[in-house]
Amino acid sequence: MSAQKKTPLPAILLANALLDGDVVFRTASGWSRDPREALVAEDEATANRLLDEARAAFARNEVVDADLVDITRDEAGVPVPNHFRERFKVKGPSHRPDLGKQAEFGVR
Amino acid sequence: MYRYDEFDEAFVRERVAQFAWQVKRRLDGSLTDDEFKPLRLKNGVYLQLHAYMLRIAIPYGTLSSRQLRQLALIGEKYDRGYGHFTTRQNLQFNWPKLRDIPEILGLLADVEMHAIQTSGNCIRNVTADQFAGVAADEIEDPRPVAELIRQWSTLHPEFDYLPRKFKIAVTGAPQDRAAIAAHDIGIGVVKNDAGAVGYRILVGGGLGRTPMIGKVVRDFLPKADLLAYLEAILRVYNLEGRRDNKYKARVKILVHEIGIDEFRARVEAEFAKLDGPTINADPEEVARIAAYFAPPAYEKLPPVSRAYEAMKAANPAFAAWAEINTFPHRQPGYAAVTISLKGIGEAPGDATSDQMCAVADLADQYSFSEIRVTHAQNLVLPNVKQADLFALWQKLGAAGIAEANVGLITDIISCPGLDYCALATARSIPIAQDLAKRFADLDQQRNIGPLNIKISGCINACGHHHVGHIGILGLEKRGAESYQITLGGDATENAAIGEIIGPGITAEEVPDAIERLVSVYLAERQAGETFIEAVRRLGLAPFKAAFTKEAADVAA
Ligand code: HEM
Ligand code: SF4
Repeated sequence: MSAQKKTPLPAILLANALLDGDVVFRTASGWSRDPREALVAEDEATANRLLDEARAAFARNEVVDADLVDITRDEAGVPVPNHFRERFKVKGPSHRPDLGKQAEFGVR
Repeated sequence: MYRYDEFDEAFVRERVAQFAWQVKRRLDGSLTDDEFKPLRLKNGVYLQLHAYMLRIAIPYGTLSSRQLRQLALIGEKYDRGYGHFTTRQNLQFNWPKLRDIPEILGLLADVEMHAIQTSGNCIRNVTADQFAGVAADEIEDPRPVAELIRQWSTLHPEFDYLPRKFKIAVTGAPQDRAAIAAHDIGIGVVKNDAGAVGYRILVGGGLGRTPMIGKVVRDFLPKADLLAYLEAILRVYNLEGRRDNKYKARVKILVHEIGIDEFRARVEAEFAKLDGPTINADPEEVARIAAYFAPPAYEKLPPVSRAYEAMKAANPAFAAWAEINTFPHRQPGYAAVTISLKGIGEAPGDATSDQMCAVADLADQYSFSEIRVTHAQNLVLPNVKQADLFALWQKLGAAGIAEANVGLITDIISCPGLDYCALATARSIPIAQDLAKRFADLDQQRNIGPLNIKISGCINACGHHHVGHIGILGLEKRGAESYQITLGGDATENAAIGEIIGPGITAEEVPDAIERLVSVYLAERQAGETFIEAVRRLGLAPFKAAFTKEAADVAA
């Protein structure tokens, strides 16, 4: 978990579910596989809370590789990571639009 | 093919049971992530961007139809209906769930397969010439020695925690199709002046962030001494190799730092001290292993099939495929067939479960139930009668795998890159797809002739870009994907590391840039000269000029 480096805000918390490896997003109440449901931290306090939850969820063996990721909201208000690496992580393989969250949730 | 004996079988089953138990303990919290990670890596389980990944060993790239069918079934049932064949002749599944992996390993064990030592700092899956045992140019079949090394290196207690991963490749032919100079140890079968068959041993090759071509540590090693000599090399490395810095931990760095002469002196000293007979394989065991690789029951046929010649004359598309995708066989009347997994616009090395089943069926029908995986991410049916080639070609066409491009510009090697890989700095598959579309015209491809493009999505070089005639390396530059082009690499017996020819370019610019390089070749080539030969003769300058002009045009 890379809590050390300071992530610019707004940001979301994403991770891989331990059991099936799928990318999951921290919501107001737990984890969701749907990026549209991610809780967006607009301020420092919320970001820190997300990081605390990431540590706790890791300790509970729910997720691995949890990371805060800075985002910009698109026209529909859906959080889109600023870095291309995380954009692919959220969408799925770019050459296979039939796979991953781009197929399941229509995220672009 | 080699078959497991009772010990192999019991061991693999035991490993599956252990891993099932480890997964269970991870899921119930008894094992922490730090404790579990090395255990999963010991069994080929990685975590990539979107999901876990399972890397399955295909020893020296040899598969039976039964094994390939099982892989197809696993892909269908536990993955997304496809798998990715890699430059290490392995198969990777991109979407398995951790909870299913013990079951998958059980299914693999049912067909004498596993994922052991496909990851971690141990001796990895031994790779070999895909035409082993059938190539007309071969001195000796390298599979028995590859199998011997596999048995010796599997769970070798002394070499289970090396400074870094360790890769061994073997070829039995002077024409190196196994890229042995790009491996930690490369073994080539050679004949000495007295006519005796032995091995030339290279050491210290490797790609990654510090690419090196392997150097000769022993020109001629008697066959019987192989394991003791390998043991001596591994010992010198294991003691001296750096564990403090993983970028300096490969044997290539040690060889580079102390020099090949000093390295050789240390290996020879260690070799002299070792008790050869207790390490080298018992001749009876060698004979037992070799017997598994006895040639299949070939028919006695004329060297050239009349029916085959007639079909070629009548059907130019078939003739083109046959010319490009077949390789001369040592047995008269037979051919080794390469099945391209490089359909235009497809992801290099990907095969669907349906395609795997189709290939397995065709192997049963036409090739003694055997399949090979090539380091260029294609499949091979090693034993096809010339007279069967036409029917085979038609059936491959029906399965969508009859692309006639083996060794040509669209037969591109590509690692998974940022579409899957957590270490990637840029994508590689879409670059391969765009290039294949740009050069799709088969007449043009054949006019260009042999040309290897190899693409990696980061400096780790899993896509062999350093040894591509044209290498493409995906990097990140100012928050965007950027591609660095190298020229003049070669993975064969003329091994060479490519050189960077200019500034990084965007993905969109890659096809034009490559077309420029090809145009220089087409304009400058002499009769019969291949792309790489022309690069060697002309030097980089004219290519650099064309490349840089383009980079400047784009900037303007
Ligand atoms: C999760 C996916 C993968 C990871 C984490 C990974 C990791 C790495 C790393 C760290 C290196 C550099 C080793 C070094 O320089 O010491 C490397 C090299 C290499 N990998 Fe991969 N790799 C992955 C997938 C693949 C795939 C898909 C292939 C085959 C297409 C492959 C084949 C190779 C080869 C041939 C090399 C370079 C040869 C050498 O070891 O010097 N790897 N890999
Ligand atoms: S070269 Fe880099 S991006 Fe490609 S598979 Fe290897 S580690 Fe991943």
